[in-house]
Amino acid sequence: MHAATAPRPPRLGSGARFDLRHRLRTLAGHWSQELVVLGAILVLFVVVGAINPMFLSAANIGNLFAGNAYIAVAAIGMSMVIICGHIDVSVGSLIGVLAMVSGSIAVAGYPVWLAWLAPVVIGALVNAGMGALVAYGRIPSIVVTLGMYSILKGGLISVTGGVWISSLPPGFMIAQFRWFGIASTVWFMVVLTILAALWMRYSVQGRSIYALGSNAEAARASGIRTGPTVVMVFAIHGLFAGIASVLFATQLQVIQSTVPANLELTIITAAVVGGVSILGGRGLVVGATLAAILFATINSSLIFLNVSAYWLRAVQGLLILGTVLADIARRRASL
Amino acid sequence: MTPALELIGISKSFGGVRAVDGVSFDVRPGEVHALLGENGAGKSTLIKIMSGVQHADSGELRVDGRARRFASPREARAAGIATVYQELLLFPELTVAENIFLGNAPRQRLRAIDWDATRRRARELLDSLECVELDVDAKVGTLSVANRQRVEIARALSQSPRVLIMDEPTAALAEADVQRLLDVVRALRSRGVAIVYVSHRMQEIFALADRVTVLRDGRHVATHPIAEVDHERLVSLMVGRPVGQMYPKSPAEIGVPMLEVSGLSYRTRVQDVSFTLHAGEILGIAGLVGSGRTELAHTIFGITPATAGRMRLGGKPVTITGPAMARDLGIAYIPEDRGQQGLIRAQTIRENVSLAMLQRLSRGAFIRRAAETLLARTAIDDFGIRTRGPEQPVRQLSGGNQQKVVLAKWLATKPRVLIMDEPTRGIDVGAKAEIHALMSRLAQQGQAILMISSELPEVLGMSDRVLVMNGGRLVASFGRGEASADQIGAAMTRAAAQAGAQAA
Repeated sequence: MHAATAPRPPRLGSGARFDLRHRLRTLAGHWSQELVVLGAILVLFVVVGAINPMFLSAANIGNLFAGNAYIAVAAIGMSMVIICGHIDVSVGSLIGVLAMVSGSIAVAGYPVWLAWLAPVVIGALVNAGMGALVAYGRIPSIVVTLGMYSILKGGLISVTGGVWISSLPPGFMIAQFRWFGIASTVWFMVVLTILAALWMRYSVQGRSIYALGSNAEAARASGIRTGPTVVMVFAIHGLFAGIASVLFATQLQVIQSTVPANLELTIITAAVVGGVSILGGRGLVVGATLAAILFATINSSLIFLNVSAYWLRAVQGLLILGTVLADIARRRASL
Repeated sequence: MTPALELIGISKSFGGVRAVDGVSFDVRPGEVHALLGENGAGKSTLIKIMSGVQHADSGELRVDGRARRFASPREARAAGIATVYQELLLFPELTVAENIFLGNAPRQRLRAIDWDATRRRARELLDSLECVELDVDAKVGTLSVANRQRVEIARALSQSPRVLIMDEPTAALAEADVQRLLDVVRALRSRGVAIVYVSHRMQEIFALADRVTVLRDGRHVATHPIAEVDHERLVSLMVGRPVGQMYPKSPAEIGVPMLEVSGLSYRTRVQDVSFTLHAGEILGIAGLVGSGRTELAHTIFGITPATAGRMRLGGKPVTITGPAMARDLGIAYIPEDRGQQGLIRAQTIRENVSLAMLQRLSRGAFIRRAAETLLARTAIDDFGIRTRGPEQPVRQLSGGNQQKVVLAKWLATKPRVLIMDEPTRGIDVGAKAEIHALMSRLAQQGQAILMISSELPEVLGMSDRVLVMNGGRLVASFGRGEASADQIGAAMTRAAAQAGAQAA
């Protein structure tokens, strides 16, 4: 290191290491998370399909998309909540309750449109209430939604006594409809993602949500009405949860009084892995949909590779850590 | 004499951008060496390299003539280099003594912290800084900004450093506190400490420095003994061109009353404030930090809606309940804290400039992208924002250019009343002169401007009238030319004596 007599100042540190790190950061900064997720899906299809060609059968791919579309739909609303700087851990329980509401209305003989519409309206109202507590009661969203999580979860089991709803009318089973040869759930997923993405990107409200999530104080000082915006975001999220609950309720012949374990975590993970910053203000709803598809693909891959399905959780955990690390690297690279 | 700290040919790049390029710099024991440069000139990076926060890509750092390489700020501190950062890094819930000795406390047996020694040595340090009235058991969160800074300095001195780096130590201080700080720095110098002093305030540099080094665009421009340069010379070295007059307020026609405030109060922070602001007038508000100046602006703008009093805007009575309403009525507020209230730093210039007028830029629910981009481009041209284009995130801009984005955002709303809170804090001379020229031009076009400032030269140079605040009240009012710095300073500090007595 004592090279003070050298004509040129000596280099400090090992240049190679710095270059590599710099290069990795630049890579992380230029590749959007959405493209990474999309790439991962394609790689999985190619690799798993090469090992087990049955994986690429139309039936499997159809099931893979149709069976998980409701998670993607719920993840769209969740992305909006997280971009706005909040979180909702009650959405899994809410979907379970709304599915039971929907099924009960259907078997009670009311028109099916009511069975479809009621959960959507109730979901929006319940979440608007939570949004109001967050916005005007100044209670952190994690606390409000944890409370709601327990209320809904406990309430559901107490009220239904754990009984399943069966003998649902065939006209009610909207998730089993096919339009133009494609499952209705896929239509819902694709159309809702596009609408939400356009709205988030181009509308005044969408812009306000990003501003609020990035810097709430500056957003308010710029004349954005923060309270109504938060209530609206939660209400829209409830609306998406309502749609997701109808898709979930109608995909099988019975409605269970429980939802898949940790459904809310899967939905939150989809948003985060899809590139929505857990700190708020950044991300795209498209990423959340893609990540939900990625999870479905991983899940299906594990089955076709004959690996225990329990690995799915572990893989999701690795993905969420990897994504957050990439997010941090990106923030540093763009400083 | 061997320099206490010496940099030779230091370079550092971030993602392909050279922040510091081949800079050499040294500071000797018992010397104050001022480091000057516009924002983005590389001062902060150089400080981070000296204090071990970042590594140079190339070049050599010597302490007492020996080449060193710091793996962490801790190693730099151990080598006798202490740093007082611009943004104070204290823990509000801990006491003064705990903050001073955090991570470095005197120990008893079993490595338990020796609290008696900690408190005694904290007391000694504060006494040596002539802060005899500061309680070592007070929680730092309850202290004024000036006192927190003294704690920060005491903390830096707790390891008896031979080199003390001070990064804009006076940026957040009012005039009286600045004088005390300068005394402290002089005392340290006479003890033989080598001091690197960064500031935008020229008066301080001339009052304090022995030598001055100017950086521009990451490069070393010049190092001179302070006696060999004058103000104009330094400014032209910094900006690379001569700068016009600093306070170019030209006379403007004072028009009709735009904002009439009477008996305005917000809890106890703002009490019974009354004044009238006319079209074409720049009304300056002077006062110490905590005197209620910013709180007054927040009350008018609805961030903290008034608890009592009346306001008339353009002659019509108004009751403002929130910033959105204030904006819709034609009030604009350029906040003191750009990063916190003025900008969404992660977003682009386009998204920031349009934020206060999204409704006006939209058709139905959707923003007209072309109109928004046009607005951003116009802002960049009109305000001379130095940027790659409308899609550049504002956090990558220098302080002066960020402030221009905030100004562009609010002037685009065509406000009837413009409130500017510390409009030139923390920005370089070049940008400062541009903003002053802009204010003068706006006033000539009939804009009513309420300007809050800690810098007396700015208040005196720009204002048509000066109001002085103290303890939440207006205590004095001076017309243009009536007031001297001494008179205003006296009114500010007379107020502070009472307020200080309450706080202590």
